[in-house]
Amino acid sequence: MRQPVGEIKLKGINASPGICIGRAYLVDREGVDIVEKYYIEKKKLQKEIKRFKTAVKKAQDDIRLVIENSPKELQRARILETHVALLTDKMLYGKTIETIEKEGVNAEWALKQVVANLKSLFLSMADSYLKERASDIVHVSDSIMRNLVGAETENIADIDKRVILVASDLSPADTSQINLEKIMGFITDHGGKASHTGIVAQALEIPAVVGLEHATSRIKSENLIIVDGNTGTVIVNPSEKSLVEYEERKILYEDYRAVITRESHLRAETTDGMQLEVMGNIELPEEVVSVKNYGGDGIGLYRTEFQYMNRAIFPGEEELFKKYKDVVEVIAPMPVTIRTLDINGDKAVASRYSHDEANPALGLRSIRYCLKNPDVFITQLRAILRAAAFGNVRILFPMISAYFEICEARKLLDQAAESLAKEGLPYSRDIDIGIMIEVPSAVILADFLAEKVDFFSIGTNDLIQYALAIDRGNRQVAHLYQPLDPAVIRLIKHVADVAKDKGIKVYMCGEMAAKAHHIPLLLGLGMDELSMNPQSIPNIKRVIRSLSLGDARSFLQEVLKKRTARGVFGLVREAYGDILADKAYS
Amino acid sequence: MVTKGQELSRTTTIKNELGLHARSAAGIAEIAANGAANIWLMKGDHKADASSIVDILTLACEKGTKIRIVIEDPADTDILNALVDLVDSGFGE
Repeated sequence: MRQPVGEIKLKGINASPGICIGRAYLVDREGVDIVEKYYIEKKKLQKEIKRFKTAVKKAQDDIRLVIENSPKELQRARILETHVALLTDKMLYGKTIETIEKEGVNAEWALKQVVANLKSLFLSMADSYLKERASDIVHVSDSIMRNLVGAETENIADIDKRVILVASDLSPADTSQINLEKIMGFITDHGGKASHTGIVAQALEIPAVVGLEHATSRIKSENLIIVDGNTGTVIVNPSEKSLVEYEERKILYEDYRAVITRESHLRAETTDGMQLEVMGNIELPEEVVSVKNYGGDGIGLYRTEFQYMNRAIFPGEEELFKKYKDVVEVIAPMPVTIRTLDINGDKAVASRYSHDEANPALGLRSIRYCLKNPDVFITQLRAILRAAAFGNVRILFPMISAYFEICEARKLLDQAAESLAKEGLPYSRDIDIGIMIEVPSAVILADFLAEKVDFFSIGTNDLIQYALAIDRGNRQVAHLYQPLDPAVIRLIKHVADVAKDKGIKVYMCGEMAAKAHHIPLLLGLGMDELSMNPQSIPNIKRVIRSLSLGDARSFLQEVLKKRTARGVFGLVREAYGDILADKAYS
Repeated sequence: MVTKGQELSRTTTIKNELGLHARSAAGIAEIAANGAANIWLMKGDHKADASSIVDILTLACEKGTKIRIVIEDPADTDILNALVDLVDSGFGE
């Protein structure tokens, strides 16, 4: 059959499931805000320049306020002062004023042109350090732009009908400006499955198709489009036939989702009455919504690195506190397990220079980095303790590999609490303290470490990598990375046994916990709580409800006799093949 | 002797590990902003306004890069010397 003129089918990556049909709303290539260009009368040019200067002044004042409120720490303050200076740099400030005067255009447009030129200049440089400097410039110019645009200008927050957002790419800063209730779905040129757009869309339970490459050039605002986030298909100007077809698919999908949602809120209780907590892992505050929607019993792992990445300066205490508080309040009274900074030197912000390490997985990262940079660590610890006053918080120290590390971390936590008490700020020190068990030395020392903590959280991804000496990213050996390796099972068993013996809780927050066929084993090993990506929660809960603890314990005894991962897997298939067969939910 | 209108310059080498990055450039710009006339940084034939962080960064000076600092007014000699000292100190890193 001939397709009617106008229908265009585009294929991208399915980043968030669901189907929607609606009108497109195209946003600027550079980001969410569309910068308008208009001309200024000659006699009003000085007024326009003054408006620009005021916006810059305000941006400087804002940064100075941050400097004043930061803990007295030289390096950080100096970086912020660089930003203050950058705001009035000739190449940015002077050039923008010059452009307003010469071209007679509004300040926003002039600034945008100047920044675009500077950005392309830096991005064309071979040196990766200098390339990153473009982000400093974009960062400071964004703060001016926000002050210029203020509330008067038409902006995406004012959209009054529900639309499908079409953009080149969306950053967390962009999405934080959008009134998300007005968005039916997302389409972007860039990004992959785990992109920010996908995460936000999943949290909102709306479809997203990313990595479409030419969406912004093929789609125009007001075009009617169909977004199928299940298959990664986008149809522009759909035919009558396509519209009918997708309306039907949409209803089918919504019915399916309703079933899942209904079941996911049931408790994860085995047939013989043992209750397990099934929690969600999150990285962005937005994902809390996903955890709730998928029936999670709390946050088992809140990764806090995101706010430290890809930005010019480390976040301050206030910023961190607000983010943590948001998460804590939304999920309360259920717990939020906040893992302290787990960065690896090179992934950290551009302003923190790190030396190249030959072996970063074994290098200065995570708790080691934090103990070496107590100022950075205390800032985060203070923010966590303050957020703890608003709900149920647990703190989790990553990558502990020696006894003294947990002692030092606890000491700094006490210091942070004391400083808050002195300043009279509300906080709570009455929180559970735990450590990640992800280094083999921590497994071996588990009995000593248990004396210092309220819980262990087993991070299987790293534990398996370190225990089996396998780099999953290395194709030559990736097949040897086996969660069901008898060595891994014995390590986990040791940790669980010590925890029981010492009367502390034992949780698991690695990928291993998200796989249905691992659940009988983990149940037998005696995990108190499992945490995973939110989408896996309904399926894992369903699996737990179909198992009995008694059976799982006897099953473990059989597993412990197996000498190879293959042998263990064969046993799983034999005893619990039905779980593996049911793919409907996974 | 230097007379007005005549360029005066000193050459030095970037010594700090990270080269001229944003913070060190800010240090230069802060001092150069006090100049009576223009103050320039030269890397080979490339020239940057020493009072602009952004312009300095565009020179892409790594550790070991030779730079020439140029003043246009002899009144800025103290600033010239101060800038050379700053570079030589490795920006106190």
